[in-house]
Amino acid sequence: MSNETLLMQNGAAALKPGYADHAADALRGLRQAGDAVDFQVEHHHDVASTIQLGFWIYLMSDCLLFSGLFATYAVLHGHTAGGPSGAQLFDLPSVLTETMFLLFSSFTCGLATLAMNANNRNATVGWLGVTFLLGAGFVTMEVREFAHMVAIGAGPSHSAFLSSFFTLVATHGLHVTCGLIFMIVMMVAVLRKGLTETNRARLNCLSLFWHFLDIIWVGVFSLVYLFGVAH
Amino acid sequence: MFGKLTLSAIPFNIPIVMGAVAFMVLCVIGVLAAITYLGKWKYLWTEWLTSVDHKKIGIMYMILAFIMLLRGFADAIMMRSQQALSYGSNMGYLPPQHFDQVFSAHGTIMIFFMAMPFIIGLMNCILPLQIGARDVAFPLLNNFSFWLTAAGAVLVNVSLAIGNFSRAGWLAYPPLSELHFSPGVGVDYYIWALQISGIGTTLTGVNFIATILKMRAPGMSMMRMPVFVWASLCASVLIVVAFPILTVTLGLLTMDRYLGMHFFTNSLGGDPMMYINLIWIWGHPEVYILILPLFGVFSEIVPTFSGKPLFGYASMVYATMAIAVLSMLVWLHHFFTMGAGPAVNAFYGITTMIIAVPTGVKIFNWIFTMYRGRVRFDTPMLWTLGFLITFTIGGMTGVLLAEPPADFVLHNSLFLIAHFHNVIIGGVVFGVFAGVSYWFPKITGFHLHEGLGKLAFWFWFVGFYVAFMPLYALGLMGATRRMDHYNVAAWHPLFIIAAVGAGIIALGIGTQVLQLVVSFMQREKLRDTTGDPWNGRTLEWSLPSPAPAYNFARIPIVRERDAYWDMKKRGVDLKGSTFVPIHMPRNKATGFIMAGCMFVTGFALVWQIWWLVIAGFAATVATLIRHAFDDDRDYHIGADEVRKSEALYDRVKAGSV
Repeated sequence: MSNETLLMQNGAAALKPGYADHAADALRGLRQAGDAVDFQVEHHHDVASTIQLGFWIYLMSDCLLFSGLFATYAVLHGHTAGGPSGAQLFDLPSVLTETMFLLFSSFTCGLATLAMNANNRNATVGWLGVTFLLGAGFVTMEVREFAHMVAIGAGPSHSAFLSSFFTLVATHGLHVTCGLIFMIVMMVAVLRKGLTETNRARLNCLSLFWHFLDIIWVGVFSLVYLFGVAH
Repeated sequence: MFGKLTLSAIPFNIPIVMGAVAFMVLCVIGVLAAITYLGKWKYLWTEWLTSVDHKKIGIMYMILAFIMLLRGFADAIMMRSQQALSYGSNMGYLPPQHFDQVFSAHGTIMIFFMAMPFIIGLMNCILPLQIGARDVAFPLLNNFSFWLTAAGAVLVNVSLAIGNFSRAGWLAYPPLSELHFSPGVGVDYYIWALQISGIGTTLTGVNFIATILKMRAPGMSMMRMPVFVWASLCASVLIVVAFPILTVTLGLLTMDRYLGMHFFTNSLGGDPMMYINLIWIWGHPEVYILILPLFGVFSEIVPTFSGKPLFGYASMVYATMAIAVLSMLVWLHHFFTMGAGPAVNAFYGITTMIIAVPTGVKIFNWIFTMYRGRVRFDTPMLWTLGFLITFTIGGMTGVLLAEPPADFVLHNSLFLIAHFHNVIIGGVVFGVFAGVSYWFPKITGFHLHEGLGKLAFWFWFVGFYVAFMPLYALGLMGATRRMDHYNVAAWHPLFIIAAVGAGIIALGIGTQVLQLVVSFMQREKLRDTTGDPWNGRTLEWSLPSPAPAYNFARIPIVRERDAYWDMKKRGVDLKGSTFVPIHMPRNKATGFIMAGCMFVTGFALVWQIWWLVIAGFAATVATLIRHAFDDDRDYHIGADEVRKSEALYDRVKAGSV
């Protein structure tokens, strides 16, 4: 057995960055036996965890995108230019229903992840389907709210407040729509190929994305709607 | 059918523009004809355009950046010559409308399509090699990022021929950039080119953070990483933090221009200062995104050419991180004149001055590294010394501008222009040239011609001072930026001197083009057979030049900082005996096609050709979904093939090939 293979078996686990000191001990032992242990022949990276980390970083950048929109709304929400304010426009019961759609969809998305972890393909697709319907319900209600506001003459071009309201909420809505397309693709992929390693990594990303949008919506609901009605 | 696009969009009546367009079209036709004549289309497509190899992507980034340097410099020469002529009764040769486009194009192209691709190209070429990795974390995403940058660059240059360039400056401040004051397509070109390339940059940031955190060789703890890797990590974090704000800012301006909203208008509650705050919340971190990786480059070059380890490694790392954090807290110093009040201005003035502290730490670390070292004055080191002197002067004028009362006098004057060119040319541009001349043998396998490199340095160095020192004086004399004409007799000689300086820099650039050509023709003579031409310290020098597709046949185990220096010290044998098949990502056209679709979408958005917008966008999404169902993504290089290629390199090194 070559030195390098030996190292592969003995030292590889300890040789991750951060465990260097332990590794050095293990290496010293091998070196004293006269072995050259300066290279690792076999090299594996955990692809799924790298993808997950990459997706987390992307989500954080998306979070900052929303922070820009929230900041803009915070600055401009009083600039109604003589037009209607949030208190006059927002219909809280309707928005609460909309919110419930999204919160429950996050719950069912969690159930889909549990089904995936239990290796249950049909249940995974089923819960994704329920999540999709709830998400689609959310988007429908949002579009109706927008249509109503435009119809009564409170469209986005009427004041800086309305511009920032529509842009913030619609950006979230567009994200949810992208999530819905992502969901359809994943349902087809899981039905066609099963719960493969690739599909699992992607389902994990989808679930992160969906919960993230839920958190952003909690911000929208509190800062835009609740504060808007209170003022 | 074609939205706002008609034949009248092509500026047939402006000879300077048509001349430039004709020149660009001829260049493109010439390149395409050459590729066809040489029968290289298939090679180009399979080996380069669809490549997921970080080294090739890095080279493509740098080619793009160099072409854009020439393009942006042409604008600089036009500005300098216009201002040298346009005094008193002489109106120069550029009408105001055209002059406004020239300075907008110069800034936009130099920052977004010259400086950014250069540093991302360097990171691509070198960073994975320095951490002992076989590629970046997401190779195909890397290819996509490059093509997004290229698509943005092409889109912004198309505006020269079809329509016009933005006249609203490189940051498109409203209300000037609003539809009411800029009804043409220039600002729209600017917006969509920056949005497309900005997505690419954000994805690059994500990719490099994941690469650095996940792909390091065994034993390379964070505090054993080369400083270039540290600096790139900080820059990548800044990219991920800052670029979403640029996306938002330009997105809101788009809403104003396309959907009649009122974010930044003068009416119905809009607030132009909101834009200026937002754009600089991105913009100030952006200048550190540009300079930090080059601080990393200097931290590699100085120890190598001084034959000593870097002085104060830990302080260098902490200083880099401190700069990254502080860079988020200074944006308001770009507009003290907004009138936010003494408390706010004092806060931002003080944070700005504090940045000079970690930067000073770095300068002293480099100087102490050289102290009592056996310094070799090769081209990379000349650029580094040029940087140390020039950047320090630029930093000091920056601290002057950080005083709000001084800034009220100097705001938007040529003093400011001199200051930021002092740090961007002295820091970023000199840094890029230092890095390119240092790593050129590693990237291509042969050296750059040393004599011409030194000559180019001296042209640039002298030219810089002749071109920009007069601008400091002009700024203090009251000359504002972006003037196409003036009547003050005392300014005229200084503008002429500045134009002479630009001419000297032009000689420097010409020498560099010549250097590339001469080096390529003499590549056999200049070949680097050792893999380690400078007696380097970091892992990239343990590889042959150029590095094989898989980089490391066997992954080195790192025990010290300056891992390769440590291996040389201990006499580690680089020749291997045991090889296993290497897992590689397959080249894919997905990135190229998606970026192409986004380019078409961007062009259609500029001219409001709505059916094409929908078609282009749908094609982008369809390509992505199709890619999701493509399982043929990787392959293995067989152990025998690896053995053969490694043996070849060993023979080259031994001088028997």
